Amino acid sequence: MRFDTITIGGGLSGLVTGISLAKKGQKCLIVSSGQSALHFFSGSFELYGNEGNPLDAIAKLEDSHPYSKLGVEKIKTLATEVKTFFSEMNIPLVGSVEQNHYRVTPLGLLKPAWLTMEEYAKVDDPKHMPWKKVIVLNIEGFLDFHTSFVASGLAKQGVECSVAAISLPELERIRKNPTEMRATNIAKVLVNETLEHLAKEINAVAKDVEAILMPTVVGLLDKESVSILKQKVQKPLHFIATLPPSVPGIRTQIMLRKRFQELGGIYMLGDTVLKGEIVGDKLQSIQTNNHGDLKFEADHFVLATGSFFSHGIVASPNQVYEPILGLDVDFNGARSEWYDRDLFKPQPYMKFGVATDKNFRVKKEGKTLLNMYAVGAVLSGFNAIKEGCGAGVSILTSLNVAQEILK
Amino acid sequence: MEQNKDDKSFEQCIKCTVCTVYCPVTAVNPEYPGPKQAGPDGERYRLKNPYFYDDSLDFCLNCKRCEVACPSNVKIGDIIQSARLKYSKKKPKLRDYMLANTDIMGSLATTFAPLVNASLKLSPVKSLMDQVLSIDHRRTFPAYSGQKFETWFKKNAVGKQNNFNKYVSYFHGCYANYNYPKLGKDFVKILNAIGYGVRLLEKEKCCGVALIANGMAAQAKEQAEINMASARKAVQSGTPVLTTSSTCTFTMRDEYPHLLQVDNTDVRDNIMLATKFIFELVDSGKVKLSFKKEYQKRIAYHTPCHMEKLGWAIYSTSLLQMIPGIDFIMLDSQCCGIAGTYGFKKENYPYSQKIGEPLFKQIQGLNVDLVATDCETCKWQIEMSTGVTVENPISILADALDVEETERLNK
Repeated sequence: MRFDTITIGGGLSGLVTGISLAKKGQKCLIVSSGQSALHFFSGSFELYGNEGNPLDAIAKLEDSHPYSKLGVEKIKTLATEVKTFFSEMNIPLVGSVEQNHYRVTPLGLLKPAWLTMEEYAKVDDPKHMPWKKVIVLNIEGFLDFHTSFVASGLAKQGVECSVAAISLPELERIRKNPTEMRATNIAKVLVNETLEHLAKEINAVAKDVEAILMPTVVGLLDKESVSILKQKVQKPLHFIATLPPSVPGIRTQIMLRKRFQELGGIYMLGDTVLKGEIVGDKLQSIQTNNHGDLKFEADHFVLATGSFFSHGIVASPNQVYEPILGLDVDFNGARSEWYDRDLFKPQPYMKFGVATDKNFRVKKEGKTLLNMYAVGAVLSGFNAIKEGCGAGVSILTSLNVAQEILK
Repeated sequence: MEQNKDDKSFEQCIKCTVCTVYCPVTAVNPEYPGPKQAGPDGERYRLKNPYFYDDSLDFCLNCKRCEVACPSNVKIGDIIQSARLKYSKKKPKLRDYMLANTDIMGSLATTFAPLVNASLKLSPVKSLMDQVLSIDHRRTFPAYSGQKFETWFKKNAVGKQNNFNKYVSYFHGCYANYNYPKLGKDFVKILNAIGYGVRLLEKEKCCGVALIANGMAAQAKEQAEINMASARKAVQSGTPVLTTSSTCTFTMRDEYPHLLQVDNTDVRDNIMLATKFIFELVDSGKVKLSFKKEYQKRIAYHTPCHMEKLGWAIYSTSLLQMIPGIDFIMLDSQCCGIAGTYGFKKENYPYSQKIGEPLFKQIQGLNVDLVATDCETCKWQIEMSTGVTVENPISILADALDVEETERLNK
């Protein structure tokens, strides 16, 4: 079966690549071996986690960083396309390339962010908090959100916080399985007329405040429920991320996949790429678990398989390898150098990933594969957590590689 | 790679809860704890003491959408079904025997088809079945055919099959045999047109999916052994075993080794849906299809859960899209709610309909001539719940096929 481009991996990077190519009329296939890291989404994309202008910090990065391969000018150009890209899927984002704002974490901290979903709490300047007095709400029995953390964090910024828990008869039935009282299960209940009841309960407790902050437990399958709830509550309502699974992350995954399929893309979920056939300096075809001998051929291939968590790279006692094609991986020699004993220090293994040339083409045994690129978390040279650049690297390298392929 | 009863894949579970997000049952039935809890979490306790087995696992549809979603490759659905077979103390009821033994019931029903079909439509009969057997009175039963596919094949088709130099074997399944022989006839029509003779298996039993679902593992295993012995003979004689039902296919390929410990490694790759077989021939240029110009239809494809798990929808949809006169729509991949015998049971009926609701709404909003799907129970559910006619892709291909031209192209 023949395609223009095949992307291995169907998370944020894979879908941004696939959508960008399918928009230009390419026949695309995405193979995804299970759901993606978007299920852990915070509601904000980070470009670089410094205060002020992220491009200033990016300009100073080492040459091996994926951002350095793109260059500041390219980053600026690509980054300005991102809002439009997502708004086409009804995912409105707010924020700017040249000035970070702050998101409110589930622990009540403020962290720099680039683009934040419209319905989320957002702080432009911690010295001038947008509210003086708020109420932090939770759903009775929901264990993945802690109002006291949020309240004490915000109190340090000078915000007066009260807390309250809402209970609804409709939610009592899912409390039968208290361990499964997760954001997504709650969001399945908080739809249609239940939103009316929820708004009524919220209005009853949120009286003498400027704003309401609550966990993202609304809007799993579409954004409509969020809009309805916002209309029905009498005070401005802002969401704060919960612990996973992430309701808006799953909605984002669904919307991206839908868009890709509407553009004619084929998305195969729950299938694993087992091997590929390399002839000369090109990858010719791949084979998957579900399709046995059938070869999926393409002009271009994109590796968007994620890092350790998604098995895009795998660590054995003595080496770190790329499991599908045995591509070259950048990692420090001895295992003792892979990590720092101080958990909170930057961990070297976080920078491990697939080696690429300046155009993000992968290598095997030192030789560049001319028609295969890597994007997102599988790339080497950056520490997504410490630097706060995971989403930025994913989205921008994907947009860039899509442009390279279309050249 | 294949799982057996000692598989420890539950240890790969990182408790991310992604499976529960995509479980069609948890969304509608709070009595069901969801795949994470019922599967890998519960398994840790059950291994310590079977006392921790929970009858709410019976609410699992066995749709395997949890496994498709899992980022850590945990065989969640298999863990749940294995636990039901291993620990459940419930004895199958008369109703369960009747629903599970699709071939015995089918044999009886085809003999008296007009009578059976007529009485299954009567409300006193439905009401009696509801009260005595707990088979929900709102459920529409599939009609039985007066003549079995096997009977038709032996009378009308077997002779012509010798005029070919390439052959396939056909596992027709209970549905084509007892309810809808036209599907089997359509299969023969297409395969003959592209130059393949059709053989039946030496001995075919129901694949056993309904037996597994109703806790009758021993009988399922017996039938699995018979089917695999027949498949083995067919494969050894050089013919692949083709099917027209995604669930029979999935059961024979994956549930046999995973749940019944019936080894099929030597034949598994040769058991496949006819659409996969035909697509690969067309894709590699070995076969050409020609379609009637006058065939014009707006068709939406529904991906059955087991088709989603197999990952094979692409074969059926690619073939359908080769028909020039088809206006094709891909429906969102979601469970229709029936899950074989599950939706027939009184205790499951309301959940079954609620699970299917988003799918029914989507179909009703599209104004299509037909829905295409590879599963017979999805067909019953969608026809009953939307009023739209549902056909197997093989039947649609057969109707649209220009037989003479296709025969000529593949001479």
